[in-house]
Amino acid sequence: MEPITTHTGVGVPLRQSNVDTDQIIPAVYLKRITKTGFDDALFSSWRKNPDFVLNQPEYQHGTVLVAGPDFGTGSSREHAVWALKDYGFRAVIASRFADIFYGNSAKQGLLTAKVAQTDVELIWKELENTPGAEVTVDLESRTVRCGSVDTTFEIDNYTRWRLMEGLDDISLTLKEESSIREFEASRLPFKPKTLPARI
Amino acid sequence: MTAEKPLTLAEKVWRDHVVAPGEEKDGQRSPDLLYIDLHLVHEVTSPQAFEGLRLAGRPVRRPDLTIATEDHNTPTLEINKPIADPVSKKQVDTLRANAEEFGVRIHSLGDDDQGIVHVVGPQLGLTQPGMTVVCGDSHTSTHGAFGALAMGIGTSEVEHVLATQTLPLKPFKTMAITVDGTLKPGVSSKDIILAVIAKIGTGGGQGYVLEYRGEAIRQLSMEARMTICNMSIEAGARAGMIAPDETTFEFVKGRPHAPQGEDWDAAVEYWKSLGTDEGAEFDVEVILDADELEPFVTWGTNPGQGVSLNDAVPAPGDFTDEVDRDSAERALTYMDLEPGTPMKDIRVDTVFLGSCTNSRMEDLRAAADIIRGRDKDPDIRMIVVPGSQRVRLQAEAEGLDQVFKDFGAEWRFAGCSMCLGMNPDQLAPGERCASTSNRNFEGRQGKGGRTHLVSPVVAAATAIRGTLSAPSDILNPAPVPA
Ligand code: SF4
Repeated sequence: MEPITTHTGVGVPLRQSNVDTDQIIPAVYLKRITKTGFDDALFSSWRKNPDFVLNQPEYQHGTVLVAGPDFGTGSSREHAVWALKDYGFRAVIASRFADIFYGNSAKQGLLTAKVAQTDVELIWKELENTPGAEVTVDLESRTVRCGSVDTTFEIDNYTRWRLMEGLDDISLTLKEESSIREFEASRLPFKPKTLPARI
Repeated sequence: MTAEKPLTLAEKVWRDHVVAPGEEKDGQRSPDLLYIDLHLVHEVTSPQAFEGLRLAGRPVRRPDLTIATEDHNTPTLEINKPIADPVSKKQVDTLRANAEEFGVRIHSLGDDDQGIVHVVGPQLGLTQPGMTVVCGDSHTSTHGAFGALAMGIGTSEVEHVLATQTLPLKPFKTMAITVDGTLKPGVSSKDIILAVIAKIGTGGGQGYVLEYRGEAIRQLSMEARMTICNMSIEAGARAGMIAPDETTFEFVKGRPHAPQGEDWDAAVEYWKSLGTDEGAEFDVEVILDADELEPFVTWGTNPGQGVSLNDAVPAPGDFTDEVDRDSAERALTYMDLEPGTPMKDIRVDTVFLGSCTNSRMEDLRAAADIIRGRDKDPDIRMIVVPGSQRVRLQAEAEGLDQVFKDFGAEWRFAGCSMCLGMNPDQLAPGERCASTSNRNFEGRQGKGGRTHLVSPVVAAATAIRGTLSAPSDILNPAPVPA
């Protein structure tokens, strides 16, 4: 994973709450077996509507999505994160994120910044009044800036550190190999095993 | 000696799986590394994870704690023919090849143990109390009904578990949902969970593990408990749990992978110790009264947008919160509903009985009991999709397939089917469906399709009357079957 410290790019105001992962990427696109090539799938139903924000020329090259609360609810599909990244998004700003989506984003280096809904409103206004305006998400100082808006966001230290260092979770965990072995040696003996099959 | 701090069920299961505790730094704690007892795998969220292993030259650490099945893409008709859609076929073939290469047990289409991953695990006795269970699927929360800590994970995490059999996780907050009283006839656990979600909202559970408890929960069968835990994710929670009790032990006992002999006794003793201690504190407590519950149904496009079946479609103006108001307005447009319309006046085109929420024996039996000897509304198309092949076989042994067929419903093979329409089972644009599944998102059951989430008995009553209906609306008593 590429280390990230800060990102600046065109902000896209998505005035909608409860954007579930079925909307971010409908199930028909989940049949693919790759991690890339999902840019056409992102918001594919909504993109058919000419009024949809991503169909406005000013926002087409947006890289920072600014959405309503409870972004990424529903299905655990990591494809939602891949699709956002493939389209070009590098950061999503919302007041609340669904847990699994939030975790998936961190694994893939998509910045997710939780800011208060009142600030989201201000950023929306800024982006609508000046289409094409840029938003900065600064992981180092934990701030989001857009026009006259300058606010902080929450992110836990561990996730921030991993993103800034670009660290891969599996390698980190494999350093605990001896603890894993130790744990395995003391597991309760009656825990089930799938192999050999008992049917 | 000071007494040990009383713990909740979730905290105990967590405590018993810590491989390496997180470190405290700057007043914050890094994640604990938790051991995973059971990893369920299906074709949609695993190909990229296996590919990751292959690229890194890593094996599956514990194939003996991993099991795969095919469910999302599989057809529910003509299952002996090759899968028609080449992209679906490729995904299923990829899972089969990966299972073979990495030594993972798989139950493929046509196998008696194939089915929806969350039906198969419990059915084989692989889901047991006190375990940690994960799957690249948000409805893994289903397994919490056994008092397991069961969570949906993303594909990167699937790869992580395949490689290490562990996951770094940050401790959750805990929420107790106490359901007192007794359910009225015709009201089921689906109605409890829809009412809970309507009450706390689709984001209300974010960051929490929910524990369902109280008299009404204790009275529920395992299958009904699974329905509740299944939909915990629709309230935003990572997991939902119910303390194991005699009902749980009875369900697990004798299943293929249940402990046997002395192991069984040791297991039950351990399982009994897992319940939330007297005096343990939850971060949040919610109370619901089962006596007051009516059948519940959704009117909107998220599972929190539900009302009692006796109510009417709400107006956006009924919501004080601006975000809720906008979302209601959008939902009503999508659903093509007028505020003030009684829910029971809404006509549907399709009834779907299936999904990991409501496709087990008890669900099929309950629906069959309502329709037996009655006629389907002629304009309704009803599809019945058992959750697993075993459920299908059992239902056939009980003659339920005939009940459904006589009624005019389609009796299908097992899989996710119209819950998400990755296979050919989809709604047409504008079609309206009463569905026993768990998500009424825009387009979830097919592009432009409109979904009302309901319980199996409401689905059955709706298929008879053609409009959303409660079992109590079926006035004329059916002839008693010979
Ligand atoms: S039945 Fe529906 S919710 Fe359950 S696993 Fe399948 S697609 Fe997901």
